[in-house]
Amino acid sequence: MISTTMKLGGGGKATNDFIKNYIIKYFGNVYLNELRDASKLMINGNISFTTDSFVVKPEFFPGGDIGKLAVYGTCNDLAVSGAKPKFLSLSLIVSEGYSLEKLDKILNSIKHAVEEIDVKIVCGDTKVVERSEEPSIFINTTGIGELAVDLNNYNKINIGDKVIITSDIARHGLAVLSERNELNVDTEIISDCCNLYKIFEHVGYDGIKFARDATRGGVAAVLNEIKEHCNKGFLIEEDRMPIEESVKYLCEFLGFDMLEIANEGVAVLICENDRADEIVLKLKELEIAKNASVVGEVTDCEKVLLKNIYGGLRVVEMPDGNLLPRIC
Amino acid sequence: MEMISKFRDKDIVKRLLDNIYKESKADKIYNIMEVCGTHTMSVSRFGIRGLLPKNIRLISGPGCPVCVTAQGEIDMIFDLLKHNDVIVAVYGDLMKVPGSDGRNLLELKAEGKDIRVVISPLDVLKLKNEQKKDIVFVSIGFETTNPATAGLIDTIVSQNLNGFYVLMLNKTMPEIIDVLLDDNELDVDGFLCPGHVSVITGESLYLPIIKRDKAAVITGFEPVDILYSVLEIIRQINSKNFYIKNNYGRVVNSLGNEKANKLVDKYFELADSMWRGIGVIKNSGLKIRKQYKYLDASERFGLRPSDKSEIDGCKCGEVLKGKILPNMCGLFGLACSPENPVGPCMVSSEGACAAYYKYEI
Ligand code: SF4
Repeated sequence: MISTTMKLGGGGKATNDFIKNYIIKYFGNVYLNELRDASKLMINGNISFTTDSFVVKPEFFPGGDIGKLAVYGTCNDLAVSGAKPKFLSLSLIVSEGYSLEKLDKILNSIKHAVEEIDVKIVCGDTKVVERSEEPSIFINTTGIGELAVDLNNYNKINIGDKVIITSDIARHGLAVLSERNELNVDTEIISDCCNLYKIFEHVGYDGIKFARDATRGGVAAVLNEIKEHCNKGFLIEEDRMPIEESVKYLCEFLGFDMLEIANEGVAVLICENDRADEIVLKLKELEIAKNASVVGEVTDCEKVLLKNIYGGLRVVEMPDGNLLPRIC
Repeated sequence: MEMISKFRDKDIVKRLLDNIYKESKADKIYNIMEVCGTHTMSVSRFGIRGLLPKNIRLISGPGCPVCVTAQGEIDMIFDLLKHNDVIVAVYGDLMKVPGSDGRNLLELKAEGKDIRVVISPLDVLKLKNEQKKDIVFVSIGFETTNPATAGLIDTIVSQNLNGFYVLMLNKTMPEIIDVLLDDNELDVDGFLCPGHVSVITGESLYLPIIKRDKAAVITGFEPVDILYSVLEIIRQINSKNFYIKNNYGRVVNSLGNEKANKLVDKYFELADSMWRGIGVIKNSGLKIRKQYKYLDASERFGLRPSDKSEIDGCKCGEVLKGKILPNMCGLFGLACSPENPVGPCMVSSEGACAAYYKYEI
């Protein structure tokens, strides 16, 4: 097996070869090909700027891999901020001994993702670190997008606005856990990892006041975060929450709260009350949002409440960041 | 899944609630204890308390295995890790439970201690063990999980595996039910009896309850199960005719699971056990039989439970005995929250304090 060595990140011939044979081969474009110290970019008007690091283990899981995630994750942050993703940086931190074949697979997957989103990788970096235990890879991406509208302004949120969830929830977290063999059950759950910009491309921004993707901490974290900032609350209804039956029962079986499980292709949209149904209809035309649903609304009670099918209410807390299966 | 949806059916729930409202007497208070932690969680998660008439009180009992584990027993896990380079395998619920120095296993893991979360005891055998360290499985639970631990020991013994040990913190139900029944201050009219436990033990476990003129209804975990059983308890109380009713017949056989009991019997014997906030209860725990003592982690690593008491102000004992509601503990939501728990009742996925904190409005 050919694998990475410290040479690759050392800045000499090996580094140059790697940039030529891998990075340029996969991501070459007019900005990157110049291999300047810093890329010269043109962008009109307001920009959105964000960064994220990806450390998911294992790096390959049903429905995706760390590379795809690193592109979608950062681009989705731009998209839900109201921006069209334009440029990305790509930094790889690999430990010595990491299989080049796997690295190649990840780069290939990054290539497909950037092509799909139509974003360009314009700078990057590769470092190799000493091997500890199992060789691993971490990826950091930073993204710049052209801001169309500001979807991150908490002041726009009013009582009575509707909450839309754009896809069924909880798939990504369970897909990764099951790939780690931590669930001890055979599942065929596939990560929802996808390009959320498609949503805005297709639906536009009319009637949408606020958006956020529900990644780590799931829908529960997003709604609590928004609640904190806008001093309002949410009332959401369990039977309107899109979720696959098998995913739901697996959550229950393991003692996980479906609202706390990570997603990679789910956005929470806060919309004008009278536009919500029409937005959902339009969303459903897209494969990635075919399960979109209005799940609830903004209230004045400064809590996130979930109404179950019997009308019983419970609080949805901010998750504490540890998903642990229960005893029995 | 078909099966589950039936037990969540909206119309059935509505009908049951109607009947509960009709049949409960407005001038009477019905105190019903759910012994099992999974019931407590279901009640809170489905918002059942809020749907019932105000005079029907659902009180949580001592049914969460992590919560009843005494501080001194929890500290044994920390002692084990402090003095030995071993792999410790635990159920997820234990990871956030604080030792008496306030730290939890998540923190110890971050510091480099080798702690692994398993879903079932047999997963222990699959743990990657590159350094060839001893592996210790921390076993906690009631009748429900006791056979699984016995199964692990059975595999270790029959396959002659080396390097595996079990730290037994298991407890059994009958004795704690007796303690509750003997408590004059406890004012409970009926019990929602734990479905999972009954699968193993059968129905006879609950005879002492009905002998004291209290209702005993074996209950599953879905809203229909719980409400149907609440209705049954109300009927028994109203008619003063008390008997053990098995409302979980789709799973519970009246005689229990003979095979599982045999396995438990083969490897374990009854032993006195320390319950959090309650103290030592005679014959309320399990220990590994002499013959297999070489697998007992407390023997191998010289671990003894200290008599460390719970942190000052923690009312876990009162909560477990159903004497106070979790939010009546002075630390609830203030010094004690799921991010910063004082007692296991606040972090276990079956803990009453956690259920109240997480779900109750
Ligand atoms: S609120 Fe905390 S301190 Fe009080 S009884 Fe519950 S776990 Fe113990």
